[in-house]
Amino acid sequence: MRFSFFLREALRGLRRSSAPALAALLTVVITALVLGVFIPIVQATTGTANEVRNRVVVDVYLTDTATEADRTEVQRSLEGTPGVKSVDYISKDEALRELGHKVNDAQDKIELLGTNPLPSLFRVTPEDPDELKAIVAQIAPGGNPRLEAIDEVQNRESDTGKILSATGLVKGLGAVMAGLLVLASIALVANTIRLSVFARRREIEVMKLVGATNWFIRWPFVIEGVIVGFMGGVLSVLLLALAKTTVVDPLSDRFELLAAPDTIDFPVLIVLLLFACVAVSAIGSGITLRRFLRV
Amino acid sequence: MVRLMASAPTQAQTDRARPRATRPDIPVVEFRDVTKVYDGGSVGLERATLKIGRGEFVFLVGPTGCGKSTCIRLLMKELEPSKGEIDIAGKTLGRIPRSRVPYLRRNIGTVFQDYKLLPNRTVYDNVAYSLQVIGETRQEIRRKVPDILRMVGLSTKLHSLPDELSGGEQQRVSIARAFVNHPPLLLADEPTGNLDPETSIGIMQLIYRINRTGTTVIVATHDKEMVDKMRRRVVELREGRIVRDEQSGLYRPDESTTEFAIRLRGELGVGVEGHPN
Repeated sequence: MRFSFFLREALRGLRRSSAPALAALLTVVITALVLGVFIPIVQATTGTANEVRNRVVVDVYLTDTATEADRTEVQRSLEGTPGVKSVDYISKDEALRELGHKVNDAQDKIELLGTNPLPSLFRVTPEDPDELKAIVAQIAPGGNPRLEAIDEVQNRESDTGKILSATGLVKGLGAVMAGLLVLASIALVANTIRLSVFARRREIEVMKLVGATNWFIRWPFVIEGVIVGFMGGVLSVLLLALAKTTVVDPLSDRFELLAAPDTIDFPVLIVLLLFACVAVSAIGSGITLRRFLRV
Repeated sequence: MVRLMASAPTQAQTDRARPRATRPDIPVVEFRDVTKVYDGGSVGLERATLKIGRGEFVFLVGPTGCGKSTCIRLLMKELEPSKGEIDIAGKTLGRIPRSRVPYLRRNIGTVFQDYKLLPNRTVYDNVAYSLQVIGETRQEIRRKVPDILRMVGLSTKLHSLPDELSGGEQQRVSIARAFVNHPPLLLADEPTGNLDPETSIGIMQLIYRINRTGTTVIVATHDKEMVDKMRRRVVELREGRIVRDEQSGLYRPDESTTEFAIRLRGELGVGVEGHPN
């Protein structure tokens, strides 16, 4: 009895003040659309930034005189260093082949030298790119390698610094913008609801006069908020799905960036958006009522 | 008509709706040295002391701004007194927490000059709302609302919206809404303020009939002529002070509604025919 009464009251409210309700609905649709587009973009950006960060490595060059035993010892010691994720061995030949990919005619040029001048090396990938310096300090404290077989430790300091600061900036900006956008969405939806409640403040006053409790007045408004939020959410999800199937999916077949593996799954995004829409508009209408209930 | 009134609430409801009001020794309303100073510094009420017993019909009179509405709003706990205490049926309003205020208001019927009806609801729904508020079942609502609307003479306008009604009819709806719960106390703030004399008599007659069922009635008005003719207790306010409290001994407390209306019409010089009630 109670719930069906509140539901009927909510539907009556929506019918009687359809203009403000429509405004609230539109606001919800638009903000949800913007969020729905923006969330995957932020994620793709941070995903790409993370991928770039993972390219940060330390190269540990071995001396030319290092024996097989030395090599094994170095490898074991590197693998035992805390914070190290993986250690890859690249022999002289492999190093040459790698160079050949980057430089034209490398093979020919090196043949002029007679021998392969490239040292064999271990490529050390850190678990956390920011831990790189600590790892270098472990392998070679003060620039002097702890093991004799190690010729040199290079962390390509300038490159690493640039990568870390650039990707850090991108991630930070993305987070800030996402936060601002969420705040703006909440403020916008809350304001629209406030307007529609304000339009009915006389009615609320009368309800208080005949002895309605605050929750008796509030429930229909909250249910209205849920209905508006849900309808707005569904509408925006439909639009997003349309945009995904017609624009993004064909593109992602051709470009890898758009299919970045880290972006949120579409079903998860839908659920998240729907929940946010409903919660914001329901709580928004419940809270904005408070001012008018003080009679 | 009296039968309609008598067919009212069940025992359980009466117990809940009329806490201690049934005990005759406790006044329904008591002001003890009440002062109300508004935030702006203007004085609404100054050291008012007043007792109103069960079943009384009291007029609050005086020019605009004399403190009549302040009294009404204090009784509804819409305002808090700056000094002094107000009791309703032995309960001190200042000790009722905010969350209990709605329950207080369910025991007080209110009628206003501007009717304060819900604009988007029909006559029926307006009256039904005050029953829905107290959690009345749908069958009870279907039974009570037409009854009370018949009593106020609006049984043909059940499905009209407030703005399709005349002022007098709207006021009848608001009286029906105020009385459908059979509250022990009825407050009316300028109930005839926007109405012509003949319509006013009809409204006063209705309020008098409610009083005859045992409900204590307080009417604030500046219509001195009407008050003098009705010969009920008159409390006169001037600049927030009670300057006159006349326990008018002139009237017959058992006067029937019809006699009351005939006398009123005669004394106000209005034709006898008017509203069927």
